Amino acid sequence: MHYLVSVIDEKTGSATSAEMAAIDTYNDGLKAEGYWVFAGGLAAPSAATVVDGRPDEPLFTDGPFIESKEYLAGFWVMEAPDLDVALKLAADGSKACNRRVEVRPFLGVAP
Amino acid sequence: MIDAREAITRIHREEWGRVVASLTRRFGDLDIAEEGAAEAFAIAVERWPADGVPPNPGAWLTTTANRKAIDRIRREAKRHEKHEEARMLYHEESPEPLGAIDDDRLRLIFACCHPALGQEARVALTLRMVGGLTVPEIARAFLVQESTMGQRITRAKAKVKAARIPFRMPSAEDLPVRVSGVLAVLFLVFNEGYLATGRDTDPVRHELTAEAIRLTRLIRALIPDDGEVDGLLALMLLTEARRTARVSASGELVTLDEQDRGAWDRALIAEGHQLVRERLAAGVAPGRYQILAAINAVHTSARNVRDTDWSQIVALYDQLIRLDPSPIVALNRAIAVGEIDGPEVALATIDGLGDRLAGYHAYHAARADLLRRLGRGEEARRAYDEAIALAGNTGEIAYLTRRRGQLQ
Repeated sequence: MHYLVSVIDEKTGSATSAEMAAIDTYNDGLKAEGYWVFAGGLAAPSAATVVDGRPDEPLFTDGPFIESKEYLAGFWVMEAPDLDVALKLAADGSKACNRRVEVRPFLGVAP
Repeated sequence: MIDAREAITRIHREEWGRVVASLTRRFGDLDIAEEGAAEAFAIAVERWPADGVPPNPGAWLTTTANRKAIDRIRREAKRHEKHEEARMLYHEESPEPLGAIDDDRLRLIFACCHPALGQEARVALTLRMVGGLTVPEIARAFLVQESTMGQRITRAKAKVKAARIPFRMPSAEDLPVRVSGVLAVLFLVFNEGYLATGRDTDPVRHELTAEAIRLTRLIRALIPDDGEVDGLLALMLLTEARRTARVSASGELVTLDEQDRGAWDRALIAEGHQLVRERLAAGVAPGRYQILAAINAVHTSARNVRDTDWSQIVALYDQLIRLDPSPIVALNRAIAVGEIDGPEVALATIDGLGDRLAGYHAYHAARADLLRRLGRGEEARRAYDEAIALAGNTGEIAYLTRRRGQLQ
């Protein structure tokens, strides 16, 4: 079972060096325990482009598809047997990056 | 015929949670478990009056529900061409280990009261899956439209499935927090029964208090060594014991000092006192529910309000405030202090809570009562006005309105 653990923030690239170190340690733990799938930090929403490829000519719009004070600043994709495990991992991740996180299950992942 | 109907009602109460739990373990899906159980009971209602109640109705229901669930999975597998998934679910079952059924009910309760679900969803899901109340019954209990309650339960079940809320015992480390989450759900159900909200609702909803007590007894049978489980059960019993004395013939709430103590249920009081004594003898620092139960034990030991050991009650509130420093506990402590030191002292303390409790009807009701006793009629009237505007319980509104009318 895959879970998306999103980091909620109001700023981008705002992690202190202590937070970065804690995140590294946390990531090492995820890998060692076999929960790790993928993780990354994201550039600011202002760097986003919304693309609609359905018309003949693709349409590009500057900015994120939704404007909000808080946004997705980074994420983990984890593999965990159930929500109890995922919530525990997410709580540790939240502590490591010193931000709130959101846990959302995947409906499925492409093979 | 009538006997069979009565038997079905009783068996439904006793067996519903067991059947749903057993199917949830086997099929890993609340929806399938609920529907299978509902179909099995529907068949029982149809057949038992004519055929008679089977010798082991619980086993009959579980077998029938299982068969119905498998039928549904096969049907859906055909429809959605998900043969593989369905077969996997179906063949995964292993023979039932001894005593596993009760564990299944506990697993079901923990799943329904999972912290990832909202409080309202936990209450609704627990009453439906464990308690076996129907969606219309739960909707009526919480004064929402049936469709709203139906959606709430459907959404909760969908989250359990999509997020994979596990059907297993919490880890030993999580257990205390998870048990206290379950108790919070049961206490909420009880309180909604005991001080029902809604302008068109009976002041006391016995079906909810009874259901909360029944489920708490079940939890106690499944988790026998938890002091707070005992405490909550004792608290409910000692509160429920006063239920009939608590509402007058005209539907008005009767305060503790005016209740006919002869109408209290002695058997419930004896059971509640016994539980409180056992907890005291255990010598373990009591939690919130045990302290609240002890406070109620003091009240129910007194022949009348003057005979009440108020200093003991204040001491218990002191203990409670250390665990739960909320303004509501401070309010109740101040009321008890008022019984010893007089209304003026109590009022001074309560007035200090005003900024935090201005939206709480009991704060205004307590002030109104103290002001009345101090002969400050105009202020009392304003406090009664506020309390009546905020109160949600019909019996309490009737009581407060009469009191206001009696002011000079």
